[in-house]
Amino acid sequence: MTLAIFTVLAVISVITALLVVFSKNPVHSVLYLIVTFFIIAAQYILLNAQFLAVVHLIVYAGAIMVLFLFVLMLLNLNQDTEPQKSSAWKLSAAVASGLLFITLIGALKGSSVAIAASPNPEVGLVKNLGNVLFNDFVVPFEIAGILFLAAMVGAVLVGKKDMAV
Amino acid sequence: MLEIIKTVPIEYYLLYSTVLFCIGVFGVLTRRNAIIVLMCVELMLNAVNLLLAAFSTYLGDAQGQIMVFFIMVVAAAEAAVGLGILVMIYRNTKSTDISLLDRLRN
Repeated sequence: MTLAIFTVLAVISVITALLVVFSKNPVHSVLYLIVTFFIIAAQYILLNAQFLAVVHLIVYAGAIMVLFLFVLMLLNLNQDTEPQKSSAWKLSAAVASGLLFITLIGALKGSSVAIAASPNPEVGLVKNLGNVLFNDFVVPFEIAGILFLAAMVGAVLVGKKDMAV
Repeated sequence: MLEIIKTVPIEYYLLYSTVLFCIGVFGVLTRRNAIIVLMCVELMLNAVNLLLAAFSTYLGDAQGQIMVFFIMVVAAAEAAVGLGILVMIYRNTKSTDISLLDRLRN
């Protein structure tokens, strides 16, 4: 049953990811990407990473994709006027990504993955994650905060109309 | 022990994440609209996130999920700055076609 759910979700998300790449209209791409993110959130729930699933939904589907859609509407790009790359370029891109896929699969095929005998099933719950984040990862957490501040200031500065600097 | 660990081998997650990552690479290489290129980068980041979360659950170690949080932070910062730069580019060139942006080459 779990395997069936996993497989169905995986197949749907691969199809929607392909539609993100292949759809002509950028708005459709954004909407398909939102579907993909929802399915990835469902995969997190399947992995019992519940807090991660909720944060993923809030950050990606709630913030980042709204930002993308907003910029798309702001720039009035919601029609399929995108110039296409030449078919030779597309073919070489397909070959390149296919070769990357084959290489990664081939490299990972023979590797033996050590799975814990009885992993703690509550590893993805808020209590456990909070303990780890604020005990072992306090300094990276603070640095991430500084990174966010810098990104925010940078985004505002770049987006300003008159760069009077 | 979780149901998923007993029924779904970790290799399936490896395959799934690799497929999503390669779709993202293909999108970055083929599309010319800069917004869709950024979206494909997000797709690649999500493939990596999913694999980190899967290994975290299968190994019973929370550090993988913490790493996913930091990747989300970087992805959000990247999207904000990237879209800001994109709006700026659009103001100057009236287009989001990335093949116009090869002036650094000359």
